Amino acid sequence: MTLTRPNPYIRPRSEAQGGPETGRRDVLRALAAGAGLALAPGVTLYAFGGPAEARPPGEPASAQVRWGLLIDVNKCADGCTKCVTACATENGWSDNGRPLTDAQWIRKVKVTDPRTKASKSVPMMCQHCAEPPCVDVCPTGASFKRADGIVLVDKHTCIGCRYCMMACPYNARSFIHEPVEDQKENVPRGKGVVESCTLCVHRVDAGRIPACVEACPAEDGGAMAFGDLNDPQSEISKRITKYASTRIRADLGTDPGVRYQNL
Amino acid sequence: MARIVYREIGGGAGFASLLGVLAAFIAAGLASAWYMDHYGHIVTGMTNRIVWGMPHVFAVFLIVTASGVLNIASLGSVFGRTPYKPMARLSGLLAIAFLVGGLTVLVLDLGRPDRLIVAMTEYNFKSIFAWNIILYIGFLAVVAAYLFVQMEQTMSRFAPAVGWFAFIWRLVLTTGTGSIFGWLVAREAYDAAVMAPLFIAMSLSFGLAAFLLILMAVYALTGRPLGDQLLNRLGRLLGIFAAAVLYFTALQHLTNLYAAEHGDVERFILLEGGIYTALFWVGQVVLGGLVPIALVYSPATARTRAGLAAASALVIAGGLAQLYVIIVGGQATPLVLFPGMEVQSSFQDGGIASYIPSLPEIGLGVGGVAFALAIAVVGMKVLRFLPDSLADDAVDPRYRPGSDGGEHLNPAGGVSP
Ligand code: SF4
Repeated sequence: MTLTRPNPYIRPRSEAQGGPETGRRDVLRALAAGAGLALAPGVTLYAFGGPAEARPPGEPASAQVRWGLLIDVNKCADGCTKCVTACATENGWSDNGRPLTDAQWIRKVKVTDPRTKASKSVPMMCQHCAEPPCVDVCPTGASFKRADGIVLVDKHTCIGCRYCMMACPYNARSFIHEPVEDQKENVPRGKGVVESCTLCVHRVDAGRIPACVEACPAEDGGAMAFGDLNDPQSEISKRITKYASTRIRADLGTDPGVRYQNL
Repeated sequence: MARIVYREIGGGAGFASLLGVLAAFIAAGLASAWYMDHYGHIVTGMTNRIVWGMPHVFAVFLIVTASGVLNIASLGSVFGRTPYKPMARLSGLLAIAFLVGGLTVLVLDLGRPDRLIVAMTEYNFKSIFAWNIILYIGFLAVVAAYLFVQMEQTMSRFAPAVGWFAFIWRLVLTTGTGSIFGWLVAREAYDAAVMAPLFIAMSLSFGLAAFLLILMAVYALTGRPLGDQLLNRLGRLLGIFAAAVLYFTALQHLTNLYAAEHGDVERFILLEGGIYTALFWVGQVVLGGLVPIALVYSPATARTRAGLAAASALVIAGGLAQLYVIIVGGQATPLVLFPGMEVQSSFQDGGIASYIPSLPEIGLGVGGVAFALAIAVVGMKVLRFLPDSLADDAVDPRYRPGSDGGEHLNPAGGVSP
C-alpha cells in the first residue's frame, strides 16, 4: 500500500502566509489537479550533486520515482563521520554525549568478519524500505511511505508509542527523549515523537541531494550515490545493474531502498 | 440452594482507609507520569534500544490479567459450572477495572499522551496495535453489557448469549496482545506464533490468581462467608493454569532453540543473561510456576487459605517476572544486522543493551495497579457486585459437607435455578 499525502516537512507556501485554511484548500486543489495530471517523465535522476527538478509545493510525490541510495563500502573510510556530521547539521540533531537516548539518524557501524578479522565501516540509516515494517505496525498511520519511496513520520499524528522502533529491523529510528532546541526551519522536531532519516526530503523536493551524499568526500565521486531506482537511465540504476550490491537483512523481505556495494 | 443475594460492601473506616492508601499510590503514579511527560523519557531508564520498559511490563500484565479474570464468569456462563455463577459479576467488574488500569499506564507512557484522541480517531488497519485499541474498547463495552444483563432482571435471558460473546472476545483480545510481540519479525526473541497461546495461558493463570486474592481479601474484610470447597476448586484450577504457562513457555524456548538463528537470544535468556536469566529461572519458573503448583496440590497446604493466597501471590510475582523477561529481556539482545559478523557502533550495535528501571516508571506501573483496585473497590461499594454469601451450601446445589469438592460439578452443564 502506498500512501500519498502532502509532505509534512514542507508547508505549502500559502499556508505559511495565509494560515492553515488556505493551506488545506491549496493542498486539496493540488491533489485534485495531480490526479488528472500526467507527471512529466523527466522527473528523474540525478546523482552526485547534479541538478534535479524541484517538486512544486503541494504537489504529491510521484509514484514513478523511487528514491534510493547506493553506498560503496570500499570507499567508506573507517573513522570518517562526515556524513553523520552533515546529517546532524542539516537536520538539527546533535550528539549530546548520551548515545542511547540521543537521536542518531545515521551512524557508522563497524562490521568485522570474526574469522578473517577483516572489517568494513558501514553508514546505517533508515533503509527506506518498499515494505516498511514501521509503517505496517504504526497504529495511527503516522509512519508512512511517500509515493516516491521515502519513509517518514508525520510529527502531528505520532503518539510516541515506539512500536515502530520495536518493528524496525535496522534500529534506524530515534525517540526524542528530551526537549529539542535550535530546530531547523525545514525539519520540525519535538520531544515525545519518533524520527529518523528523511532522505533529506526537504532538499530532495527542492531538487537537491541529501546532505550525507553531498558531504561524502571519498575519491571517485564519493562513496554514496543518490538517485531514482526506477529510472534505468539514472546513474544509481546503472551502477546497480553493473556491479553486485546487497541490501541489509534482505531475508526479511523489506526491500530497502538503500543498497550497499562491496559489503 | 438458597437464592443468591447481592449487596454493596459497606463504607466505614476500613473502607475509607483502603481507598486512602490506593489514592496515595494513584497520586504517585500521576506525579510520575507528569514528571516523565514534562522532562521527556530521558528521566526514565528507557533508551532507543530498550524502548519499552517497566510501564509496559505493568500495562501488559494488567491487560492480560483483565481478560483472565473474566474467565470466572465464563466458567459459569459458558461452561455451565453452577458454583461459579454467583461470582460472574465480580469477575466482570475486575475485568473492566484491570483493563482500564492497564490502558491508563499504556497511555501515560506514550511520548505524547496528550494525543490520545489521535490514537482513538486515526486507525491504520494494517497495524495489530490499532486492532488492539479496538479490541480493548470493545472488551469494555462487551463486559459492561454482560454486567448489565446479569444485574437487570428483565434482561437475564440474554445473559448466556452475551456471556459467550464476551468469552470469544476475550480470547481474541489476548491473542491480539500476544501478537503485538509475535508479529515482530525483526526481533528474534518474539518472532513466534506460540506467543498468542502463551499469552492466553498467562491470562488464565494471572487472572485467576488476582481474582482469588481479591475474593479472599474482600470476603475476609467484609466478614462474608466464603466456602472452602469453592476455593479448593479454584486453587486446583490455578495449578492447572500455572502448569499451562510453564508448558507454553517450554514450547516457546524449545521452538526457538530448534531454529539455529535464534540460538543467541536463547543462550542469553536461558544461560548468560544475568538478571534476565535469574528472573526467568528463579522468578518465573520456580517461584511463579513450580512452587505455586506444589502449594495447591501438596496435602499440607492444599486446603489452607494461606497456602492458596501464597500460591496466588507467587503466580502474580512470577507473571511480572515473566513479562519483564519477555519485554525488556527481548529487547536487550541486539538486532542482527549482519548475520555471522561482529558489529560495533556508537549505538552499541552488537552489544547487550542495559536497562535500569527508574522510580517514576515503577511509580506509574504501581499507580496503574492501584487505579484498577480503586475502580474495583468503588464499584463494589456503589453497585451490587458481591453475593452476601459464597458459602458452599449457598452456591453449590450438589454440596455435601465433608466432600473435598474434587468431583466434577454439574457434568451435564445444567444451569442453576
Ligand atoms: S511512535 Fe509514532 S510513528 Fe512510531 S508507531 Fe508509534 S505513532 Fe507510529
